[in-house]
This record gives sequence, C-alpha cells and structure tokens, in this order.
Amino acid sequence: MIVAGAFDLALAVTVLAVATWCVSVRATFAAVVAFVAFGLLVAVVWVRLAAVDVALTEVAIQGGIVGVLLLGATASLRRYKAAVAERSGATQRLAVAVFCAVVFLALATAVLTLPDPAPTLAPPVAASLLAFGLGNPVTGVLLGYRAIDTLLETVVLLLALIGVWSISPDRSWGGRPLPMHSAGRADALVYFARLLPPVGIVIGVYIVWVGADAPGGKFQGGTILAAMWMLVMMAGLRNPPSVARSGLRLLLVAGPAFFFIVGLAGLAISGGFLAYPAPYAKPIILLIELVLTPSVAVTLGLLVAGPPVRDARQ
Amino acid sequence: MSFALDVLSVVAISAGAFFFLAGTVGLLRFPDTFTRLHALTKADNLGLGLVVLGLLPQVDGALGALKLIVVWLLILSSGATVAQLIARRARLIARSR
Amino acid sequence: MSAATLYGLSAAALVGIGLFGLITHPDPLRKILAFNLLGGGVFLLFGVIARRGAAAGFGGDPVPQAIVITGIIVGFSATALAVALLQRLFEENNRTAPQAEGSMQGAPTVSSHDGDRGGGD
Repeated sequence: MIVAGAFDLALAVTVLAVATWCVSVRATFAAVVAFVAFGLLVAVVWVRLAAVDVALTEVAIQGGIVGVLLLGATASLRRYKAAVAERSGATQRLAVAVFCAVVFLALATAVLTLPDPAPTLAPPVAASLLAFGLGNPVTGVLLGYRAIDTLLETVVLLLALIGVWSISPDRSWGGRPLPMHSAGRADALVYFARLLPPVGIVIGVYIVWVGADAPGGKFQGGTILAAMWMLVMMAGLRNPPSVARSGLRLLLVAGPAFFFIVGLAGLAISGGFLAYPAPYAKPIILLIELVLTPSVAVTLGLLVAGPPVRDARQ
Repeated sequence: MSFALDVLSVVAISAGAFFFLAGTVGLLRFPDTFTRLHALTKADNLGLGLVVLGLLPQVDGALGALKLIVVWLLILSSGATVAQLIARRARLIARSR
Repeated sequence: MSAATLYGLSAAALVGIGLFGLITHPDPLRKILAFNLLGGGVFLLFGVIARRGAAAGFGGDPVPQAIVITGIIVGFSATALAVALLQRLFEENNRTAPQAEGSMQGAPTVSSHDGDRGGGD
C-alpha cells in the first residue's frame, strides 16, 4: 500500500532527524528532550514492526524513566560546568564520521542481504504456548520458553541497584537518597500527584494482568507503578526511603528470590531448572509475574532516585 | 450507517490534525514562553479530543472506547499540570532578571 | 523495499549516528545519551529480524522481541549506574580542585595526586 509506505518513510526520516539533532545540539537539556521524543517515535516504529510489547517497554523506559533520569542528571551536573570542554578538531571529527559511515554501510549490507526464507523460532514458541495456555507469545517466551533470561534480568536490575548504592561515600551509607522535589511547593504538581497515582496503579496492575493474553507484562506495568511512585516523590509528598530499611531490602529481593525458588522447585519436581509442571504452568507464571511486579517497580524507582547522600543519622 | 461513521471519523481526525498543525505553528511563531504554552495546551488538547472522537466509531466494544477516553483525560490532565509548572518556572526566571 | 528493510536501514543509520555522538562529544552525559541512541538502533535491528521471522500466525518472531525487552531493561540499569558514577566523579573532582580556572573546570580529569584527597571514602 502506497499510504503505508509513505508513512513508514516519513516516520523513518523523522526518527533519523531527531536522532541527528539529539547528537549535534549544543545544550544538553535540548538533547535530553530530543532523546525523549526519539523514544516516543521509535515506539511507533515498533508498532509498525508488529512488536507491541516492545513498543510498550520502549515508551515506558526510554520515553519515560530514562528521560526523568537524564533530566535530573542534567540539572544536578549543570553547576559543575563553567564552560564546555573543547571539542575535537575538524579532521578528527571527519575521521570519526568516515568510520561511522563504514559501520553504517556494513550494517546496511547485512540488512539487505538477510537470508530470504527468514529463519524463525515462532513454531516452537507456538507449540510451547499451547502447553502453557498463554495467549501472548512474548510473555510465553519471557516466562516460559526462556525464563532463565528473565530471572537473570531481574538479578541484573538488583545488581545495578547495589552498584548505584555502593557509589555513595561511606558516611552516607544507610541514609536516604536526595529528595526529588525542588524547594517551594508547586501546587499544580501536588494536586496532580494526588490525582494520578490511584488511576496509574490500576492501569499498571491491569497491564501486568493482561500481559498473559495481550501485549503487556510485568516490566511495562512495573514501570508505570515506579513512575507513580516517582511522581509522588517529585511532588514532595514522600521522601525517598532510607536504604537501610530491612522492609525495603526484603521487598527488593523477594521477587528474584521467589523466581529462583520456583526454578529450584522445577528442578526437584519436573526434572529441569524452571520447568513448570504441566497443569500448573499458567497459575505459576501469573504468580511469578505478580510477585515480581512490586520488586521491579521499587527497583526501578530506586535506580532513578540514586545513591544515598544524607547521613545515616537523619 | 457504517459509511456515515467512517466519514465522521475522517472529518474528525482531519480536524484534529489541523488543530495540531495550528498548535505547532503557534509554537514556532509566538514570541515568548507563555503564548507558546497557550498555543500548545489549547490547540493540541482540542486536536487530541477530536482525534479520539474520530476513533471512537472504529473501536469494537465499549471497553475500547472507554480506554480511548481515559487516554484523552490522562493527556489532558498531565498537559495542564506541565503547562502550569513551565509557566511558573518561566515567571520565576522573568522576575529574577 | 518492504517496511522492514526500510526500518533496518534506518536502524543501521541510527547505529552510525549514535557511534558518532559517542566518540566525538566531550561531555560524558552526552556520551551516555549517544550510547542509548546506539542501543536503540541495535534493538531496532533485532526488531527487523523479528519481523522478517513472522510465522505460525504471529506478526513477528517472539524470541528476538523478548530479547529486546530484556535489552531495554538492562540498558536502562546500565544508564542509571553510569549516571550515578558520573555524579560521584564530578563531586570528587570538584572537591580536589575547586578553584581551578579555565574551561576545564569541573570536567573529570585523571587525578595524578590521589593521595592528597584524604580519608573518609
């Protein structure tokens, strides 16, 4: 169809234009805003590539949470810079541009010479989906066919959080991260932070629940829950929690630990790590998703809140 | 009947696109932050409302229509809040000069 | 040229653009931004391969899509760690050289006198 082709072409050109602007603009704030716009446009590209789950994840994380993280970093790093450090010379940039053009040509050749009956893993996934009773193939892959990847991914999130916490100096260990709201109450933001979280929590839980049969899942829903928590923190209604609270640490570890225990139980009962016994596969998968969602949401929120900086005594 | 609904969809979505275009022209042409915020929030939210109105006949089931309306209300409220925050910040900057 | 191939070429161009920004921009925060652009391009490339693997009634091969979701999450955690490292680095370097003049003030430098910083870290 000509209209669809024209739309695809316009979308691809816009994505590349926004990316070029993000890389080349002088002010960092404008670059971060361009990156958020880039994330939203790439989400539309993902929908055109028939990958709606990926589009949901992209728009939630790259169009949302990474934007919050980088805007906060831009604001807090602004006071350290007197002037922009000198850029590299024109010949160096030309050499790098040539190198990047070579990389582009290599990848473009790879794209144009992809094998024509494309190899695919869709039939084995379809077979295992029938066994699990799920309707969403991506959830079937994430929590069934390749559940070990998801387990390791949740552990990686936890390790990144431990890394972020370890960056704080010794005297701040056990303290709270910097409060996320600026001085001076903005009444509009406070009102919004009281109005939106109930709706957002319902939407987040709905997206987790519907991920079994339609696009959705725990990462997308968990990101929405984390965003609601960050909204509350940014309005000043709550402060970030102290990293020494044992309840917080238990909540963070509960998700991956439960997933791991289910895997070991699978080893004992069904003869393979993370192998689900056949009649209970769908309830186990739903239970794993529900237990993992709070852990993922709290981990994502704490990753954005940053390392503890206040003294532990406060 | 469905033909009339399709015509309604096309008209409403085109009107919505026109309002988005008007809002973008306002963003580019207006001189300062407050007038640009005015163009963005008024024109874009109205454009979005018209687009949602045009999409409502195309959805099957009341649940899908309800989701579209919830999307519209969420964008309306978040756009209004962000406009208030930006305007407040712009006023503080203008005062401190 | 099908839609998937068009998006594949733009994904390759995104990798080139992100790589350029990563190498040439002197500001570390902009390098992190360009690294995320690079990651976005690589994920789109996976998405094109997934789209071409449409079979068994699905719109696309679900295994690369699931891997891309995992990649987006892991990329975000790497970005968060990088931003926290950057903030601590800037704090430390500004504590050692608060009166430094000129255009390099505040930019992270390789400190050749680590012992002067004293304890407490």
